Amino acid sequence: MQIPYTVEARPETGLYNAKLGVWLFLASEVMLFGALFSTLILLRTGAAEWPRGSEILNVPLATLNTMVLISSSVSMVLAWAALRLQDFKKFRLWLGATFALGVGFMIIKTIEYGSKFEHHLYPSTDNFMAIYFTLTGLHGLHVLGGMIVMAYFLGPGSKMWKSEPERFTNRIEVVGLYWHFVDLVWIFLFPTLYLL
Amino acid sequence: MAGHSAEEIKKETRIYILVFVALAALTLVTVGVSYLHLSLGAAIALALMIAAIKGSLVAAFFMHLISERKLIYAVLMLTLVFFLALLFLPLGGYADRVS
Repeated sequence: MQIPYTVEARPETGLYNAKLGVWLFLASEVMLFGALFSTLILLRTGAAEWPRGSEILNVPLATLNTMVLISSSVSMVLAWAALRLQDFKKFRLWLGATFALGVGFMIIKTIEYGSKFEHHLYPSTDNFMAIYFTLTGLHGLHVLGGMIVMAYFLGPGSKMWKSEPERFTNRIEVVGLYWHFVDLVWIFLFPTLYLL
Repeated sequence: MAGHSAEEIKKETRIYILVFVALAALTLVTVGVSYLHLSLGAAIALALMIAAIKGSLVAAFFMHLISERKLIYAVLMLTLVFFLALLFLPLGGYADRVS
């Protein structure tokens, strides 16, 4: 059985199915992270005292990670642009760079977590640390998930480029939408947790 | 989008680079502002404003929402309503306690 509307737009929606699918998924993700941001507001406004993130967390390291994630977003969109220009070699280069930046983000995050544990700061320490680990941990899992998908498209999944190039290009567009969303979440996480 | 001409795609690529530069600059501005020791209210307002600009740039250009189908806008508008409800529920409780 052939999967319908992987390349051409479905007449009722004007979109290929995967694109509408990923946007609906991202809408559910907004609610998932939204609930946790809401929790942060509830905890913060209800607390007698709330620490300034910059006094506990490592701002330079998080700033570096912000730069890493922004760079990975631009390399992701360049990978997609390369495919649209039929340049598979460049696509591999840019997607490889995006994956490498994802690895970099996770390494920096691990260093950050390690230093928290060294200072005996755990999710159970207080409400601030609990919401910090929950939000950044969930975000980190999303980065990891994106990297697994990217590894697939750098490896066995890339065979599709030869058989169905347009469908493959659409798949990369959809991966990109997810990846940019992960970047977008970090853009809000960074100031709310680290700077305020 | 896949059907665009090579020239158009190259033009888009240049825009992506510009957006990247803007995002990097705004990140430094956010960090810089946090060292100004503003009052908490002003700091929150400013940091969230910069984050909103950065988020809009990512959504508009990298996620190319600037030229997307109406159905996606409809999905996102609905999401935005529920998202704002989630954020304002605890704030409403806070306003109650303060007053």
